[in-house]
Formats: sequence, C-alpha cells, structure tokens
Amino acid sequence: MNRIFRIVLAVLALPMSALAEVAIPVTYLQLQVARPPVLSNLDPIPDDLGVAGAALGLADNLTTAKFLGHAYSLTVETVPEDGDFTAAARKVLAESPFLILDAPAAAQLAVADLPEAQGAVLFNASAPDIALRQDHCRANLLHTLPSDLMRGDALVQFLVRRRWDDLVLVAGDHPGDRAFADALRTSVAKFRLSLQGEKTWVFDADMRRNAAQEVPLFTQEFGDYDVLLVADALDDFGRYIAYNTWQPRPVAGTEGLQPVTWSPVIEQWGAVQMQNRFADHAGRGMLPRDYAAWAGMRALGEAVTRTNSDDPAVLRSYLLSAEFELAGFKGRAMNFRPWNGQLRQPIPLVTDRAVVAMAPIEGFLHERTELDTLGVDQAESLCTAFTE
Amino acid sequence: MRKIATLALGFFCTTAAADEIWISNEKDDTVSVIDIETLEVIKTYDTGERPRGITFSKDYSVLYICASDSDAVQVMDPETGKILHDLPSGEDPEQFVLHPNDRHLYIANEDDAITTVVDTQSRQVIAQIDVGIEPEGMAVSPDGKIAITTSETTNMAHWIDTESQELFANTLVDSRPRHAEFVKDGTELWVSSEIGGTITVFDVETQTEKAKISFEVEGVHPDRVQPVGFELSDGDKTAFVALGPSNHVAAVDAETYEVEDYILVGRRVWHMDFNSDKSLLFTTNGVSGDVTVIDVAAREPIKTIKVGRFPWGAAFRPTD
Repeated sequence: MNRIFRIVLAVLALPMSALAEVAIPVTYLQLQVARPPVLSNLDPIPDDLGVAGAALGLADNLTTAKFLGHAYSLTVETVPEDGDFTAAARKVLAESPFLILDAPAAAQLAVADLPEAQGAVLFNASAPDIALRQDHCRANLLHTLPSDLMRGDALVQFLVRRRWDDLVLVAGDHPGDRAFADALRTSVAKFRLSLQGEKTWVFDADMRRNAAQEVPLFTQEFGDYDVLLVADALDDFGRYIAYNTWQPRPVAGTEGLQPVTWSPVIEQWGAVQMQNRFADHAGRGMLPRDYAAWAGMRALGEAVTRTNSDDPAVLRSYLLSAEFELAGFKGRAMNFRPWNGQLRQPIPLVTDRAVVAMAPIEGFLHERTELDTLGVDQAESLCTAFTE
Repeated sequence: MRKIATLALGFFCTTAAADEIWISNEKDDTVSVIDIETLEVIKTYDTGERPRGITFSKDYSVLYICASDSDAVQVMDPETGKILHDLPSGEDPEQFVLHPNDRHLYIANEDDAITTVVDTQSRQVIAQIDVGIEPEGMAVSPDGKIAITTSETTNMAHWIDTESQELFANTLVDSRPRHAEFVKDGTELWVSSEIGGTITVFDVETQTEKAKISFEVEGVHPDRVQPVGFELSDGDKTAFVALGPSNHVAAVDAETYEVEDYILVGRRVWHMDFNSDKSLLFTTNGVSGDVTVIDVAAREPIKTIKVGRFPWGAAFRPTD
C-alpha cells in the first residue's frame, strides 16, 4: 500500500546514484492556471492532478530500473500564474533535457522554442489543442494527451455505429469549450453526420436551482434529434443538462457519454492493477491528465529500457520508431505518430459508472492502424517539423 | 422427477468416472468441473473471490486455487469440493506454479510486485522475492532448480534460483508478458507477451534470447493478436497458443518456431489444458464465458461448453 509512495520519496530524497550508468532526471514543469469560477463545488480539481500520474510512472520505471542498473528521478517545479515560465524552463533544461509539461499550449510552445530546449525531449501532458499537433507542432514536443479531435472522432464513431445521426450541440463560451466544440464539428463533418442545431450556453443564473425551468425551454428549439452534444470543457454547466432536456434524448460530449483519455471506471485490459496502484499512492481515482503524465514518464522509461541510453537524441529517435510500444492498459500497444509526435491510443467512451465502448470502434478501418482513424491523420497533417 | 434422477445416478455409478477438466470462473467465484467423456459440466463448486490460477497437487488429491481478491490460496478437496484450508499467499495471488517437489508453491502477487514461496505442508511463507510490477506468468524448470516470474509492466522474465530463493537474472521481453513455460526438458524457456504480440524463446543455459515467434491472423488487426496462455503437446513438438481477443489458438511447430494453423475458438481465449493423452485441448474463453474443446490431431474445434463468467484457468484431473 505505501510501497510506491515510499519508493518515490526515497528516490526524491536521495541524490541520483552516482553508480548508475544511465541516469534519467525528469522535471515535471507546471504552470499554475487559476480555474474560472464554476456553478458547482462538486468534483474539485485535485491539487496533484498530473503530478500523481508522473509519480506513478516514476515508480513503475524504477522497478524496471532496479534490475537494469538505471536511475530515474522526478522533480516537480511549479510556476505561479504570473511567474516567468520560460525562465523556469531554462533553469531546469540546464540540468536535464527530459520534461513533462503541464501548461497551456502557448506556454509549452515558448518552452519548446527556447534555444536550451533544442534536442530536449518534452512531453505535452496537458494541452489538447489541435494546433499543437498541426501547424504549431515542434519536433522536440511529443503529446501523450490525446487532442480534442481524437476525442471528438472517438465519440462520433460511436454515434455512427449506433446510427444516432442527428445531433445538436450546446457549447460554453470559454476558450476550452469552443475548442472542443470545434473538434466536435470537425468530427461530425468527417464522419458525415449532421449537426442540426447549435446553441451557446450564456446563462448566468444559478443552475443548481433553475435547471428544471431553464434547460427544457433552452433545448426546446432544437426540435427532434438523436443525441445532444455538450462542450463544457470547464465542467461548469454540463451537469445540469441531463434529464432536463425538452426531448428525452441522451447527452454526450463532456457530459453523459464522454470520450476520455482515462477514467477510474476502466477495469479491462489489466487496468485494475494500475488503478489500484494509483489509488494506493494518490488516495483518489486516476484522471485523464494523470494518465497523460504517467504515459510520458513510462514512454521515456520504455525507451531507456530498450536502448540502454540516456542520450536524448537516441531516446527521441527510438520513441518515434516503429519498434517503440507502450502497454497503456487500453487494450493495444501504443506508439507515437512519426509525423507529429502524438501518442496513438484508444479512447474509451465512458459514463460515470462504466466503459460503454472503446474507440476506434469496430468497423472503422485504416490502411496503417485503426488507431489512426482518431485525430489528425498523416494525409491531413500540416506538421512539417518532424520531417525537416 | 425423482425417479429419473435415481436412474441417472445409477447409470453414473456403473460407469468408471471419466477424467475431468477443472475451470476457474473469475467473475463467478466458482470452479466448473467438465467430464471429458460427455464434455459436460458435471459440478460447480464455490471458491473464494476472483479465482484465477488453479493447479492440482502431483497426486491430484488437492486443488490449489488463487483466490485473488480473498488474498489467499485455497486448498480444495476435489472429491467433495470442500475448501480444506487456506494457504498464506501474499496479496492478490494471480497465478502460481507447483515445484516438482510437490511442496513449494511459487505465487505471483500481482498488486505487490512480489513472488511468494509457500510451503504447502507447513503452510508457511518461506520466501518473498521482489520482482517487477504486476508479476503474472510463473514456471519452474523440470529439475526444480529455476523458477520464473514474468512481470507485466516491467516487461521482464525474472529468473529465481530455488536454492537461495534469489534472482540470478532478469531478461527483457516484449510488452506485457503473461505466461511462461519450460520447454524441451527444460532447455528452453518460452514467454508470451500479450501487447508485444510475440513469444520469446530463451536458451535456459545462457538466459539469452534464441528466437521470437510472431503471429498473424487473417482478417484480424495485429494489435488484437495477443498471445497469453500456451501449452505444448506430443513430446513438445507443437505449441498451442491462446491469442486473446483475436479469438484464435495458434498451433506452432516448436522446432522451427513457424506458425502452422490458427484455430477459431470463443472470445478472448486465455488459458488451456489437455486431456490425459493430449488428444483434446480445452481453452478458457473469458468474454464468451465458455470452454472450446479442440481436437488436437485435426486441429479443429469440436464443441463449446458453457461454464461460469470469465473462465480463466484450466487444470486436468485424471480419476483413475
């Protein structure tokens, strides 16, 4: 129970073994971003979101390392919202080229463009922005968090499969809400379903009291449809939509049936063991950002294990090669798209209580791997940094 | 009604009891007993929580059961289905192997990254060995000198000296190793890797890799071809390999390491065992909740037998 926790502390407390020939110091570099106020106080965002995943990844890596004489460490650097994130990045890059980034896209790009970051291996574990995988991609920035588009495609594949073709969308007005709504629109068009109506959520009333009066009227104009999509990345109003719609129809998106990176309800594919390890050491369920940080740490560990190297150039090249595979407890081996550095991965479709389906949904075929039916495919790629 | 039952009973009494295959049902907390003569389930017994690995003592007088969520290895009397006692097992025992001395059980403790060695006679833990994360596959060499634990997340086979109960080698395999077996009189060690989609063959003497077996099922994406349990037939000439969610069992020439056949079975095929002359093979199919019976010579499935939910392990028991 306390086993993992102890290992982490021990390694954090001790200087890295001078005897180890291969030593991998990793920094989790985090920019604190204040969350705008939301309607409900339920489901607060854990303070150690992401960090706890990296810590589990470290513990996993260390177990392998002890049999191979490798060494890993994890340092968490947190920069306050008004702090100088790139200055902090410069400082940590002077010590190690291995970073897990937990920051908005713009801050990550600023770090990736630093002279000190050229040749570094950076993992984006927090930003779902499609642009980071497209025209804003950087050769030193790999993405373990899926893009908004991968999640959108996963959901829409499921809707196609069920023949729930007629959709309507309610989106919030926060930038994250708009980005996910954009991804949903792209996915709906890609798989040729129809978006019959859209509304923006602009209420400023307290929905905890008013949902029953407001939401039926708000959704009445949509007429008939199969599924109501919700884009509420902030987790502000989405919880008040279900069962209050004018039409008795399911809700999906950031609410109801959700395409997610990870969820505590995943128990297949050997996931129970990882969920238990995580819960033992973090005291809570494992969330998407935890998973992305874990995957960054583990991907690096897997590359070190297989190459027996701590040279970032060797590791980057192995990470992007066809030989690389990460067992991510989602049913199939995962690897990186060599054209934009995105980790290919299945996207579970979950409710709060169960996994409903796993995308790619059966029947969506691809010449390379079915996983490439999710997100930006090579033919649509605007990223050139990886081929230059 | 009663009359028919009595008649049936009379019939069974006059026939020599047939050999049996025992199946653990992970999500039903039971074991099912299949009569190899009739290919029907004749008994179902309750076990502890989440039974996975099962194996008989060398004289088949007791059945050992990994009751994973009860954190115990249970000892069952196969004649009555009664649990005689529990053995200490460490937390979350998933799979185990009985040493040729018929006394020491080597148990993989999945949640604890430990291999526990238990003396089944004194009922004491005699050693605990730190291994990689999520240990699962377990094997002991025929001479009893080497025990193997494979760890799912660390991706290694850990070689244990059974004299000192210490690790003497750790060898990397592909992602998510699941099962290990000593083959050809203990000269080779085979380890299946579920996510890697391979079986790695080691030379036991040097602990070095000598071959790798890959699989390709027509019409199934390579990602879904996930080797898990396997067993060898007729003088270790042919290996039968369960390929998980591809719903096929591969027949592999154990000399050339070439795959010769793919046999369609139930969904998410996991482990397997043979009957006494190895003419029949029984595979556990977790998702479809059944057991496929394969005619080994013809390499064809001949029957599907419904068992409990999520059948996991299979163990043969002769009754003569």
